[in-house]
Amino acid sequence: MSPSPWKVFGALVRRDVHVVSRELPFFLLRTTLQPIMFTIVFGFLLPKMGFVQRGYTGALLPGILGVSLAFASVQAVALPMVADFGWTKEIEDRLLAPVPIWVIAVEKILSGTAQGMIAALFVLPVARLIMGPIEALTASHLGLIVGMTFLGAFAFSAFGMLLGTAIRGEQIGLMFGLIVAPMIFFGCAYYPWRALAAAPVVQYLVLINPLVYVSEGMRGVLTPALPHMPVPVVAGALVVISALFLLLGLRTFEKRAVS
Amino acid sequence: MPAIETRALRKVYPAPPVRRRGMRGPQIGPVQPGSGAPPGREILALDGLDLEVPAGEFFGLLGPNGAGKTTTIGVLTTRVRPTAGTAAVAGIDVGANPVGVKQRIGVVPQRPNPDRQLTAIQNLLFHAAYFGISRSASLPRAQALLDQLGLGDRAESKVDQLSGGQQQRLMIARALIHEPEILFLDEPTVGLDPQARLDLWEILRSLHRQGRTIVMTTHYMEEADRLCDRLAIIDHGKLLALDTPAGLRARAPGGTLVEVTLDGEAAPLLAAAQALPGISRVEVAGPKLSAYAQRVGESIAELLRAAEQAGRLPLDIRLTPPSLETLFVSLTGRKLD
Repeated sequence: MSPSPWKVFGALVRRDVHVVSRELPFFLLRTTLQPIMFTIVFGFLLPKMGFVQRGYTGALLPGILGVSLAFASVQAVALPMVADFGWTKEIEDRLLAPVPIWVIAVEKILSGTAQGMIAALFVLPVARLIMGPIEALTASHLGLIVGMTFLGAFAFSAFGMLLGTAIRGEQIGLMFGLIVAPMIFFGCAYYPWRALAAAPVVQYLVLINPLVYVSEGMRGVLTPALPHMPVPVVAGALVVISALFLLLGLRTFEKRAVS
Repeated sequence: MPAIETRALRKVYPAPPVRRRGMRGPQIGPVQPGSGAPPGREILALDGLDLEVPAGEFFGLLGPNGAGKTTTIGVLTTRVRPTAGTAAVAGIDVGANPVGVKQRIGVVPQRPNPDRQLTAIQNLLFHAAYFGISRSASLPRAQALLDQLGLGDRAESKVDQLSGGQQQRLMIARALIHEPEILFLDEPTVGLDPQARLDLWEILRSLHRQGRTIVMTTHYMEEADRLCDRLAIIDHGKLLALDTPAGLRARAPGGTLVEVTLDGEAAPLLAAAQALPGISRVEVAGPKLSAYAQRVGESIAELLRAAEQAGRLPLDIRLTPPSLETLFVSLTGRKLD
């Protein structure tokens, strides 16, 4: 008699909570150091020097959160996948669990989603502290904030699953250099999408970048008074992106798990 | 109902990617594994394999590297999708119901792959949890297994602090924690020191006495001979022989295998050696001449005389009495290691 998939899923979650909670400080350091340093330079030093306008921090904070969220989610899934399928083969004991293979992949994506949300939760007060008061910042749409954070983290966890299973171990450096880095710079994290009207070609090209929707979504729910894409549009785009990455990621995962 | 049944099992791996500048077109036709398959050609790992293992048997899969042993285990443990044919474990089709199969099997991999983020005992407890076993049920069982496998005092050790042999035993404990009906072991003693290997044999024997079905791959003849009820010799993905170890030994070609290595090509001796009385199945490969001799002493003298006449000096002479190994060589044309 096989155990119910939920029970197995619960055991997989317990395993990840056990492992991740021990590694959490290192994980947060690894994934949020870059956005926090960016916050120090662009949210504190440059405004103090007078190089950027005072209101810039309002546009920057949600973007910084979006980057933290996306970067942490991608890493939380892609790095273990590359290691597990590449050399340690650690995942084998979970692949022997009496559940369909996709359950294991979905659990990993949800675990990455939770880690991405934790990273954002960690960066928010730190960034707010560094930048000082931000006029437009409001937590009055808490449900929307949580929902948008979840959507963004899920989309990027699923993206991490695709990257981590489609890319071979020796190309992992390439992955961050060629895919993740351009994504961050052209992800409307450090400037609102509407301001890109100054460069219309770029403004439409960046729409293929999933991070744009996370950044704009965070603006929509955290600083609704400032310019941002409409929240329903962003949410719809993230749902489509999530579904696409989920389907592709599950396919490449199964290809690695069953030869 | 047999514990394991495969019918016309076939597996062709797609061509490995060509990692060269100037792509060549795909080449037609499978190549044999183990022969350094060039990139761009598909690999035929299983070529119509039929096996049947009754419940409670200790079954051995014997073959050289690349024979298809690991692929066979892979199919039976749901990790390799067959290209054609069927495979059933405990009466359950592996393709149609992999979850049902996984519920009933324990797997010891070729290389230990413990969860390195966990301690030894956590490896067992989480694995049990993946099978829906509560902690209160799995904890005493995990302790008992660790004790039984000589890891009782390493329960709280991180996996990386365990030696290779200890990790391998941990893999056996993990494969048993959910009390599977059928245990698969893929070359479980590779890389173990002689004492650890003997210990492992003892563990496997006691598991077999408990009535478990065990399927083990190995390329150690002695291991197969001593442990297994029945042995299948496979090569190039095909079944070459299937019998008890004693039955297989009885089928070994008559006589002692005499291998003479010369200081030059052995080919000029071939005709002379074939003409010698009491000698059968003469083969030459480079400087080596192999023959099966009924009366070893006489045959060696005659072979050396033939070598002298052909202007060759013997560098080495090796004798192997009739055994599983001589049968294996006569079937596959290859040595095991």
